[in-house]
Amino acid sequence: MTPRSPTSSAPWLLAGPGALFFIGLVLLPLALTVILSFHAYDHSSGIQNTFTLSHYVTVLTDGYYLEIFWRTLRIAALTTIICAAIGVPEAYILSRMRDPWRSVFLLVIIGPLLVSVVVRTFGWSMLLGSQGLVNQALQLLGFAPARILYTETAIVIALVHVMLPFMVIPVWTALQKLDPMVEAAAWTLGASHFTALRRVVMPQVTLGMLSGSLIVFGLSASAFAVPALLGGRRLKMAATLVYDEYLQELNWPLGATIAIIVLVANLCIMLAYNRMIEARARRTLG
Amino acid sequence: MQKNGPIALIFHILVLTFVLAPLVIICLVAFTPENTLSLPTTGLSLRWFTAVFAHPDFVASFWNSIWLATLSATLAVMFAVPAGLAISRYTFPGRDFLNALFLSPLIIPHLVLGVAFLRLFALIGATGSFSWLVATHIVIVTPYVLRLVLAALSGLDRSAEQAARTLGAGEWTAFRRITAPMILPGITGGWLLAFINSFDELTMSIFVTSPATVTLPVRMYMYATESIDPMMAAVSALMIAITALAMLVLDRAFGLDRILVGQR
Repeated sequence: MTPRSPTSSAPWLLAGPGALFFIGLVLLPLALTVILSFHAYDHSSGIQNTFTLSHYVTVLTDGYYLEIFWRTLRIAALTTIICAAIGVPEAYILSRMRDPWRSVFLLVIIGPLLVSVVVRTFGWSMLLGSQGLVNQALQLLGFAPARILYTETAIVIALVHVMLPFMVIPVWTALQKLDPMVEAAAWTLGASHFTALRRVVMPQVTLGMLSGSLIVFGLSASAFAVPALLGGRRLKMAATLVYDEYLQELNWPLGATIAIIVLVANLCIMLAYNRMIEARARRTLG
Repeated sequence: MQKNGPIALIFHILVLTFVLAPLVIICLVAFTPENTLSLPTTGLSLRWFTAVFAHPDFVASFWNSIWLATLSATLAVMFAVPAGLAISRYTFPGRDFLNALFLSPLIIPHLVLGVAFLRLFALIGATGSFSWLVATHIVIVTPYVLRLVLAALSGLDRSAEQAARTLGAGEWTAFRRITAPMILPGITGGWLLAFINSFDELTMSIFVTSPATVTLPVRMYMYATESIDPMMAAVSALMIAITALAMLVLDRAFGLDRILVGQR
C-alpha cells in the first residue's frame, strides 16, 4: 500500500457525490417519514400541521393492527424455520455432488432469485387455486379438495419458495470453507457418520444457517407481493397494510407510523441476532 | 468426496420439483389456446404472446423498465466505483459511516424506502417524474455494484499499478489503463446484477410510479389483481425467458455462483 495522509481530500472527492446523493435520498426521506408519522390526520381535511403521538398509540393498542403484526411475525418465523429445514440439507447435498451436477443444480436452486417475485407468486396462485394442480393431485390421491389459496398456508408456501435461495447461499458458503477431508478424518478416527455430521459439519453449517435465517426473516416480515396476491383482501400483513393505508385510505401519517415500526422492529431484531451470531462464532471458531 | 445416499437424492428431487413447479406451470399455461388459465390439452397456441405484444400498456411498461434498469445500473456504477476506491484504499474519518450508508438500502425494507420516497416527492413536487424514479432505483441497486467492486478491489494485486506510477503515469492514467481493466469483471457483473434487480423491483416502485412511468412488474401486479387470463402467464413466461437468458450470459462470463454467492 502506498502511504496516504489521512487528511487527503481524495476520498471525499471520490465518494462525495455518492454520499450526498445517498444522504438526500435515504436519510432525508427517512427523517421526513418519521416526522410525518407524528403529524395529526383528519379524514376530511388531510394531514394537519399539529403533532401527536396518537398514531403510535392507535397502532400499538388497537386489536386490528396487533393481529396483523402478530400474523406477520408468525408467518415470517414459520417461513424461516421451513427454509432452514429445506435449505440446510439441500445445501449439504449440493456440496457433496460432483462438479457438472453441482454447478447445474446450484444454478437451478438460486437462479429463481433473479425471476421477479410477481412472476413466481403468480405461478403459485395457479398451482394452489381451487382448480390448480395441487388440488387435482389431492383429488387423485383420494383427498377432499382443500382451500389453499387466500390462506396463510399459501402465503407461507410461496414465501418459502421466494426465500429459499437466501438460506441456501450462506449455508453453501459456510460448507465451502469446510475441508471435506476433515469429515473423512473423523470417520477414520472412529466417529460414526452421525457423530461426524454433528461434531464437524454442524458447527460450520449453523453459522451459515443463522445468517441465512436473519435475511429470510427480515425479507419475509416486510414482503409485499406474496401476501398481496395470495392473501386476498382479508389476510393482511404489515406491508400490505401500509400499502392500503397509503394508497386506499390515504391516511399517510398512519401508514408512515406502521412503516417506521416495521423498520425499527427489523433493525432491532437484526442487531440482537447479529450480536448472538457473533457470540456464537467466537465460541465455536475460537 | 462422499456420495449422496438414496434418501438424500429423493429429498433433492423433491426440492427441485418445489423450486421449478411454479415456473414450469407458467411456461406451460402461456401456450394454452383457451380463454382461461388452463394447461394446454388440445394443442399449443401463441395467441397469448401475440396478445401481449398487441397490448400497448405492457409494451410501454416493458420499455419503461428497460430504460429505467439501464440508466439506474449505469449511474449506480458511476457512484459505486469511485466510492469503492475511496472505501477500499483510504482510511479517513467517516469511512465506516459511508460504507454503512451505501449498503443501507440492503437492510431497509423496500416498503419503507418506497413510503419515504413518496413523502419526499410529494413535498418537492416530483411525483410521477421518470428522472426521480431513476434516482430511487439508483439507491436500491448501488449496494449490489459496490459489493462486487469492493470484492474486486480487495483481491487486486497492486504491483502493476505501482509500476505504472513509478514509470510516470498520473493517478487517472494509472486507474484508466491498469486498475479499471483489472476490476472490469466486477464492474460488469455488478452492472448486470443491478440491471436485473431494478428490472424486477416491485415493492418500492409501486409507491413511486405514476400511470405514465409504470414499470413492468408494477403493471403485472396491477393486471394480476384485476383480471385473470392467460396473458399474465404469457408475460410471465417472457420474463422467465429474459431472466434465463441474462443468467446464461452472466454464468458464461463470470460464473453466476461467484456473483450471487460472493467471491472468496
